[in-house]
Amino acid sequence: MGDLVWILLSAMVVNNFTLALFLGLCPFMGVSARVETALRMGLANIFVLVITSLCAWLLNSFVLEHAPFLRIISFIVVIASLVQIVEMAIKKFSPVLFQQLGIFLPLITTNCAILGLAIFQTNRGYGLFQGLAFAVGAGLGLTLALVLMASIREDSERATVPSLARGTALVMIIAGSLSLAFMGFAGLGSAT
Amino acid sequence: MSDPKLRISASPYLLGGDSTPRIMWTVVATLVPIVAASVWFFGPSALLIQGAAVLGALLPERFAGRRGTLGDGSAVITGVLLGLTLPPGMPLWMAFLGGFFGVAFGKIIFGGLGQNVFNPALLGRAFLQAAFPVPITTWPATGGDWWALRGDNFALPLMSPQVVDGSTGATPLGLHKFENTSSEIGDLLIGSTSGSLGETCGVLILLCGLFLAWKNYLNWRIPASIFLTVIVFSGVLNLVDGERYPGPLFMLFSGGLMLGAIYMATDMVTSPTTHPGCWIFGAGIGFLVVVIRMWGGLPEGVMYAILFMNAFVPFINRVTRPRVFGARKPPTPSAEAKA
Repeated sequence: MGDLVWILLSAMVVNNFTLALFLGLCPFMGVSARVETALRMGLANIFVLVITSLCAWLLNSFVLEHAPFLRIISFIVVIASLVQIVEMAIKKFSPVLFQQLGIFLPLITTNCAILGLAIFQTNRGYGLFQGLAFAVGAGLGLTLALVLMASIREDSERATVPSLARGTALVMIIAGSLSLAFMGFAGLGSAT
Repeated sequence: MSDPKLRISASPYLLGGDSTPRIMWTVVATLVPIVAASVWFFGPSALLIQGAAVLGALLPERFAGRRGTLGDGSAVITGVLLGLTLPPGMPLWMAFLGGFFGVAFGKIIFGGLGQNVFNPALLGRAFLQAAFPVPITTWPATGGDWWALRGDNFALPLMSPQVVDGSTGATPLGLHKFENTSSEIGDLLIGSTSGSLGETCGVLILLCGLFLAWKNYLNWRIPASIFLTVIVFSGVLNLVDGERYPGPLFMLFSGGLMLGAIYMATDMVTSPTTHPGCWIFGAGIGFLVVVIRMWGGLPEGVMYAILFMNAFVPFINRVTRPRVFGARKPPTPSAEAKA
């Protein structure tokens, strides 16, 4: 149990996917203008990451035992198509949830964070529950990064930013500063 | 036109006399005894480091900031605070670079004073820590000739600094973390331990902080909640395993906690605007400081704790925004959909 909590926390802050491993930067830069949108993007991320973790575990345990060279291609195909199917099901059964997640589900299916999670999980030999904890932690970490970024960006919209730094340049600098702040967690837990 | 008898203007009519330059220069004045103490403990090297950091901080403010902001003293504070977080033996050009980076990328690029997200001094130090991890964690031994430089201060940029005499010491936190020996509390209070320039003399910093709190130039809730959290959290850990976790007093007066809690976390720009927000902000810093010190890879975590909570400030402000008197919460969309 403590093991699972540690995996979750580690994926969330110590090895934050966006700010420490630099995965999933496109939603981090692109969908972080508003806090509400960022929060929904984060929720969609958690959702897809959990599906990814399940798929990767199923594929690894039952299908890919004799053909590990097919790993990456089968991860991509299976995860992408499963997310599409789940999306259709949600659209049919729960229109409210579909509206909340909306366009984000298909957008992040091909994100590097998703494939990264599947590959990390495989390399570290996580079991089903470890993988799920890892996925939820990574998703929460992405949500944290997105919401922090969005709230900072909303505030700096009212600032008199010099014209040469306005827009993407400022977002990049904020991202770098956030990443510097997250460096303090590096090595957390290793010195115990 | 003669002077009119009746002048009409918009409020405010009563002014307290406080202005940005006045507050900033008062803070600089309270920093003078701390700088003096650092010179007393570390000799001329301390003054050189401070000077280089201030120079680096003033340069972008002068050339890239809006006109008139050089005199308001905020860049001087950034420079002095950055200098106080550096070890005395550091090459001067690194201190200069840290000050420059902190003000240019921590403040000017966000639009100048009042609009930055992160504390510029701490951002400068985090940058130095990432760029030059070895010089920034090389501490000189205490004692010795007062006039001697405490390291190769005059190393040329991008040259590896020469090791002057190899007499390096360790900070109390480093000693505790890596060699498991603790330091005398008395030494920590007065500051006769090894460490960065401003992370030694706890009592002096506390006195200056009391003065600033009395003048209302810092929100006392932030340091109070940082200290409370650290005392409670480390006290509980100490009770659980006294061998492994040091007591609250050691935690309070070692490392940069005093300087960070009183001068850096209370930066008016990068701390929350609401009082409940300040309590949350301080509690977050205190918690993270203990977590990073006890379980992290680095011996000291005050800088990262404050930077991390700086990032939360816009979010904390948003969550703790007070309700307008008489206003009601707007119904949530899902409640509307059900109705």
